[in-house]
Amino acid sequence: MAIDTRERPAMRENAPSRVAALAATGIRKGFRSSRLEAGRGAHLLAVDDVSLRVERGEIYGLLGANGSGKSTLIRVFSTLLTADAGEVRIFGLDIRRDELAVKRLINRVSVEASFFKKLSAMENLVYAARLYGVGPDESRAKIVSVLSRLGVDEKRLGEPLEKLSRGMQQKVAIARAFLTAPMLLLLDEPTTGLDIRSKREVQTFVRDLRDEHDATILLTTHDLDEAARLADRIGILHEGRLVAEGTAAELTTGYGASTLEEVFMTATGRRLDDADATNAERSE
Amino acid sequence: MIASLGAQAGLAYAFVEREIALSRRYWAWELVWLVYGVVTSLSVAYIGLAAPAISGGATDAAAISRFVLYLLVGTITWRFLGLIFEQMGETIAWERWEGTIEYTFMAPVPRLTHLIGMCGATLVRAIGFSVAILAAVALFIPVDLSHANAPAAIVLLVTGAVAFIGLAIGSAVFPLLWTEKGLQMAYIVQAVVLLVSGVYYPTTVLPAWMQALSVISPATYVIRGMRAALLDGADVGGVWPDLWPALVVGAISIPLGLRAFLWAEAHAKRTGRLKRSG
Repeated sequence: MAIDTRERPAMRENAPSRVAALAATGIRKGFRSSRLEAGRGAHLLAVDDVSLRVERGEIYGLLGANGSGKSTLIRVFSTLLTADAGEVRIFGLDIRRDELAVKRLINRVSVEASFFKKLSAMENLVYAARLYGVGPDESRAKIVSVLSRLGVDEKRLGEPLEKLSRGMQQKVAIARAFLTAPMLLLLDEPTTGLDIRSKREVQTFVRDLRDEHDATILLTTHDLDEAARLADRIGILHEGRLVAEGTAAELTTGYGASTLEEVFMTATGRRLDDADATNAERSE
Repeated sequence: MIASLGAQAGLAYAFVEREIALSRRYWAWELVWLVYGVVTSLSVAYIGLAAPAISGGATDAAAISRFVLYLLVGTITWRFLGLIFEQMGETIAWERWEGTIEYTFMAPVPRLTHLIGMCGATLVRAIGFSVAILAAVALFIPVDLSHANAPAAIVLLVTGAVAFIGLAIGSAVFPLLWTEKGLQMAYIVQAVVLLVSGVYYPTTVLPAWMQALSVISPATYVIRGMRAALLDGADVGGVWPDLWPALVVGAISIPLGLRAFLWAEAHAKRTGRLKRSG
């Protein structure tokens, strides 16, 4: 079954092919810790001079350990965080000056599926679609279709979200983003915490979304297999800096490695699992 | 132009529809709040009925009836205005806790449209609650509205609602910036407004510095005007001395509240405060 989406023909036809879906230059973002915490008032640089370009129709995988700056970068691209320095353009539009126009072109799925938990999947999604100008007559049919494709039974759509499993909630979150037909979809660790079957269903959906609907996808993950399976190009983010970038083949060749794991180790000086564990300890 | 206005109305309606859906799901809590509103209003009315017994003064039935109505107009008008005030802050706080605030702010909805939608939802709830409380209280306490001027009272309520919306938008900044304690900060503002606005007594009994604060509270004018309309039958012309200051406060508080909210949103985006877990 093909994915049914609301097209934006004018935008898709008029967008010059040379205009990148996302062009970020020199992005820097830091946070000041609370004066009451240890290291009072310290400035933590979460993203340090990152420049990257995602071409239209591309799936770009941003690979990094927990705390490497992936989510911060996605939140900057989603207009939820203001960068301290640098410029972001989405299909040529400046994210600050043309914020409303940019918002019409993007959507984001975060690692936490944030919803009104007492409302049903249908109520949450009808509301979310309304915010993008899609009325309930149009959205209801699409909600059933998209969620059925993601393996969510239609009978569960009327249940409060809090009664659905974490995997199902994440699928509803993906449907929420997809309903608005974004030209650039920002996926922040969309499969974290999902079982293998759900993970595969989501990954297949993401690929189909790009193949069938000309969507551009920026995906963050700390799953090497997922990056290799889905991404056309991969960027490795380490301590806020983009330390390597290329296709999986280019990266392995360039680093003289046989796997992405080896590439990650060479580029960052640590194993992905070790980096995750260290960052988890630091955040405790 | 009309199509654009229609589109904005559609976007704003999303927030009204969402609040109605939430009220349906949380119907038991809505019932609890309704009972709470009825009980507190009744308690205030019984204080009025017991005034002669408490003060040991004479029992003039007409004076007691007027005193009870004086208190009821204050408490129910305050309930109406207070609901507007609380709902704005509570909705923002709720969205912060659920994490949906990021999705609301990421949507291509102009902030003005978003806030108008929230105000619409708030007004629907405040009107529903106030009418229900008034009807419930009337079952227990004889309310003499034979002298009331309904059109003047409605004009005052509408004006008061508009004026309070600005205050409510401004106070919603607290939960936007401080998830854990922001709502309590907004409640403190509300408590101060309650103290100085003459809800249960004339503001003339307040110390001079509190009377100065009462001048900037829109509730002062709305409640005083409501009493003039409902107790003494004053028409719109008669309540004008209270109507125009409420209009002025509204005309100032709405753009100020909106400006404060926009500043808070920009600050939250700069400091990463929209994400609850930091």
